[in-house]
Amino acid sequence: MRKFYDHITHVAGSVVTVTATGIGYDELAVIKTRRGSSLAQVIRLEGDHVSMQVFAGTQGVSTGDKVRFLGRPMQVVFSENLMGRIFNGSGEPRDDRPALDDEMIEIGGPSVNPVRRRLPDKMVRTGIPMIDIFNTLVVSQKLPIFSTPGEPYNQLLARVGLQAEADVIILGGMGLRHDDYLTFRNTFEASGVLHRTIMFIHTAADPVVETLLVPDLALAVGEAFAMQGKRVLVLLTDMTAFADALKEVAITMEQIPSNRGYPGDLYSQLARRYEKAVDFEDAGSVTVLAVTTMPGGDVTHPVPDNTGYITEGQFYLTNGRIEPFGSLSRLKQRVNGKTRDDHRAIMDACIQLYAGCRESREKRSMGFEMSPWDEKLLRYGELFEAKIMDLSVDIPLEKALDLCWEILAECLEPAETGIRRALIEAHWPKSLGDRAKTEQLAAKAEKTDPAYKGSAVTV
Amino acid sequence: MDGRIVAVFGNMVTAEAEGTAFQNSVAHCCRDDGAKLMAEAIRIRGRNVDLQVFEETRGLKIGDSVEFTEGMLEVELGPGLLGQIYDGLQNPLPKLAEKIGLHLKAGHYMEALDGDEKWAFTPSVSVGDEVEAGEALGSVPEGIFTHPIMVPFGWEGKWKVESIVPAGDYAVHDQIAEVVGGDDQRRKITMTQRWPIKVALNCSRERLLPSKPLVTKVRIIDSMFPIVSGGTYCIPGPFGAGKTVLQQITSRHAEVDVVIVAACGERAGEVVETLVEFPKLTDPRTGKSLMERTVIICNTSSMPVAARGASVYTAVTIAEYYRQMGLNVMLLADSTSRWAQAMREVSGRLEEIPGEEAFPAYLESRIAGFYERAGCLRLKNGKIGSVTIGGTVSPAGGNFEEPVTQGTLKVVGAFHGLSRTRSDARRYPAIDPLDSWSTYIGIIEPEKVQYVKGLLRRGNDVKQMMAVVGEEGTTVEDFTIMLKAEFFDNVYLQQNAFDEVDAATSADRQKLVFDTILEVLRMNFEFEDREQARKVMVEGTDLFRNWNYAATDSDEFKKLQDRIRGFIATKGRGA
Repeated sequence: MRKFYDHITHVAGSVVTVTATGIGYDELAVIKTRRGSSLAQVIRLEGDHVSMQVFAGTQGVSTGDKVRFLGRPMQVVFSENLMGRIFNGSGEPRDDRPALDDEMIEIGGPSVNPVRRRLPDKMVRTGIPMIDIFNTLVVSQKLPIFSTPGEPYNQLLARVGLQAEADVIILGGMGLRHDDYLTFRNTFEASGVLHRTIMFIHTAADPVVETLLVPDLALAVGEAFAMQGKRVLVLLTDMTAFADALKEVAITMEQIPSNRGYPGDLYSQLARRYEKAVDFEDAGSVTVLAVTTMPGGDVTHPVPDNTGYITEGQFYLTNGRIEPFGSLSRLKQRVNGKTRDDHRAIMDACIQLYAGCRESREKRSMGFEMSPWDEKLLRYGELFEAKIMDLSVDIPLEKALDLCWEILAECLEPAETGIRRALIEAHWPKSLGDRAKTEQLAAKAEKTDPAYKGSAVTV
Repeated sequence: MDGRIVAVFGNMVTAEAEGTAFQNSVAHCCRDDGAKLMAEAIRIRGRNVDLQVFEETRGLKIGDSVEFTEGMLEVELGPGLLGQIYDGLQNPLPKLAEKIGLHLKAGHYMEALDGDEKWAFTPSVSVGDEVEAGEALGSVPEGIFTHPIMVPFGWEGKWKVESIVPAGDYAVHDQIAEVVGGDDQRRKITMTQRWPIKVALNCSRERLLPSKPLVTKVRIIDSMFPIVSGGTYCIPGPFGAGKTVLQQITSRHAEVDVVIVAACGERAGEVVETLVEFPKLTDPRTGKSLMERTVIICNTSSMPVAARGASVYTAVTIAEYYRQMGLNVMLLADSTSRWAQAMREVSGRLEEIPGEEAFPAYLESRIAGFYERAGCLRLKNGKIGSVTIGGTVSPAGGNFEEPVTQGTLKVVGAFHGLSRTRSDARRYPAIDPLDSWSTYIGIIEPEKVQYVKGLLRRGNDVKQMMAVVGEEGTTVEDFTIMLKAEFFDNVYLQQNAFDEVDAATSADRQKLVFDTILEVLRMNFEFEDREQARKVMVEGTDLFRNWNYAATDSDEFKKLQDRIRGFIATKGRGA
């Protein structure tokens, strides 16, 4: 029987200090207040003063309240029964169904030994051409979506969740608007993936400390499934809310802030979570896709900045599209050589031409005259944006590559694409190319010899 | 000495102890399940000793016992280091994985060198000989090197050999000799010795001025911003600019004997790439696997922070050890910012008064102390060994005006600043040719380098002007300067790391190509108009670029060289 401690000496922010002995660092406790009970985690030991972070916040905590220590660190249930369930940031059910009493695992466990990781080499197909062709997502990759409030980042995240080939989808919501939470739930329900989805949801109305636990819960469960051989996709939104919660707690603990109020260990804290992405030798994998909103759209803000140094690339979501410039999947080279022979060539050519189109647009807006080449680029850019860049486009990689060839053929001559001759010969759309050539030849023939008109031209 | 824990906060533990406490000594915190967590004393206040624990402190309690030692944090030095993969505290990671499985667990430590492996020892001294610290008693073959077994570097004075084992196979911890010192002190010598990582290891006759160019086979480094054996350089750059790729290329191609890779607080995936690729790659100089000349110290971002702080010191100590054998060693630290951040975390927990961006006030002196451990030594036996240190810096927001970059720039001999603009434009390696500098003299004569730098600067000026006045408002002369600068950038500064030939350019080839390019740059083309200028320079770019892709002295190489000669002779009007 564990003892109760009722000598609370200090309450500040979300931190409560109680006088107690024999308590382990990182241990979990239950604090019983008039408003109910909440979990709390030990974050500082000093003599017999034990400081704890109270998950439900300290509103209404009285100096007469009772604290019971559980003698173990934070844990989460892990079993097949998790599938289809929704929990809050303390790991309690949020879906009006009974709590699970299966096996428990520790959260925030140690790092994987680097020598036991394998080199990632499998593509994650998402059906979104801007990802599949241009910045391929790779199994075990950790990739953030850099965005600004108001962009459809949660829709994008949900779509990747629905379309990616994964055995288990885990959604970790931090500071989510309740509407967004419901949208996620409804989307997953309507698409019939709920039975392989697990959600840990912290909404903006919930206590701030629970934000901190969401990624740990999601990743601990994800890692455990991966060790059983499952392919796990972890979706986190929004990691900036997580970082802000870190900041809040650090300031309450009177830690010296390093940059814009964030604690000095922000990098390590983020890295400990993101590095849970892994491809195990002889087991499954964890892939992490996380939203990071950039305050003021500023990528040098400490949260996106530190994130960029940790993750394997980033997607920029601006104006409802995945921006082709700046977005980068550092691991794409590991997989895009094995998909189709024209994948890399299309990837390079389309982006270079689109860059050219942007330059032409700039020239146009400055009032310079448009050359025929500029006109071609402008036309190409429009088609590319509508057929490929639009986020609603949902086609498999091969179809998307074919579509790129069609767009190229519609706007340009083969030589203008800068693609190697051999690939052009293999992939240049026959129908379109032939038609153009036929028309050309016919026009030529008409000029020189009117009698030639109408005869079949075979190429 | 024993103590008890009185406070725990993050990875900081305060212990109360009776007796003599040593600053920077190693201690072990005993968790109640029996695990002993390694820690280092970093502050002593009365009876309270503040310890930074090299592990997660989860589960430690007030009153748990702490075992203090008198020794500082040390590494074990001896044959068998090459090819190893260690964490920041010199635990061999592959063996740790065999023992405890997929995850790293707190409180598990292993011997750095395999105690069972036998080495073929050949003595080089006889009984009665006098030896001193750092002198060889014999040697064992270690991969491509002859690894001398040296008298421990910390032993002062002369020692007389009392016994030495005959040639044969011995394990690293077997006694190979016994020596007697000045006041009849008897000491045993094995094939290994220990050295405290935070103390520079320098057992030599003198320290030399480093001057021998170190060829990395990256053209922009070797020709424009050279480094030298025993020198230091840093690579700051924002994320995605290619710091790690540049380090990886250097670790493959640099003309040195031993490479120490310190992956300090960076992505685990990148280390895995090195782990998997290196054993498959051959070192062109020896024909053996690259792994045989490499030691990897790997304390990635999710591994404990205090051990990250130790990892760069572990790496540099191993580098210094191989320098004592007269070898040229290169230490690549990626990234020193993460090491500085580890210092910041500790300093914050100690509640020290913070300096800029909350980094501790001693940040700069620590950085200086680390880079100063590089250097070129004339050893007691007359051989020359060197340690070259190249560190990446990851400045917050890509802004170089931050404490770690600035502190590093003060003490290094070369600065290879990576720019986002260049990496966005896919101009790799993205070293900015206008901002970077080197105080060393490389394989190209300084006046030639100066000429080219001047041209690049003028070309950049013209380009900026052109953005305002347009091409129409630029004279043909200015336009030509801009084209020449672009031409040099395209065919020399940019290098394709994924092309077999272009990825590594030897010193001789660099000199040849540089001189040929210089002819083009110095030539007065007398262009009539901008269109002609552009056409000629585009043709030149194409020729030189293909030349870069042709294997040295192949038929293709000679054919292109002839065409380039023709191009120069006709001022590009040959076609």
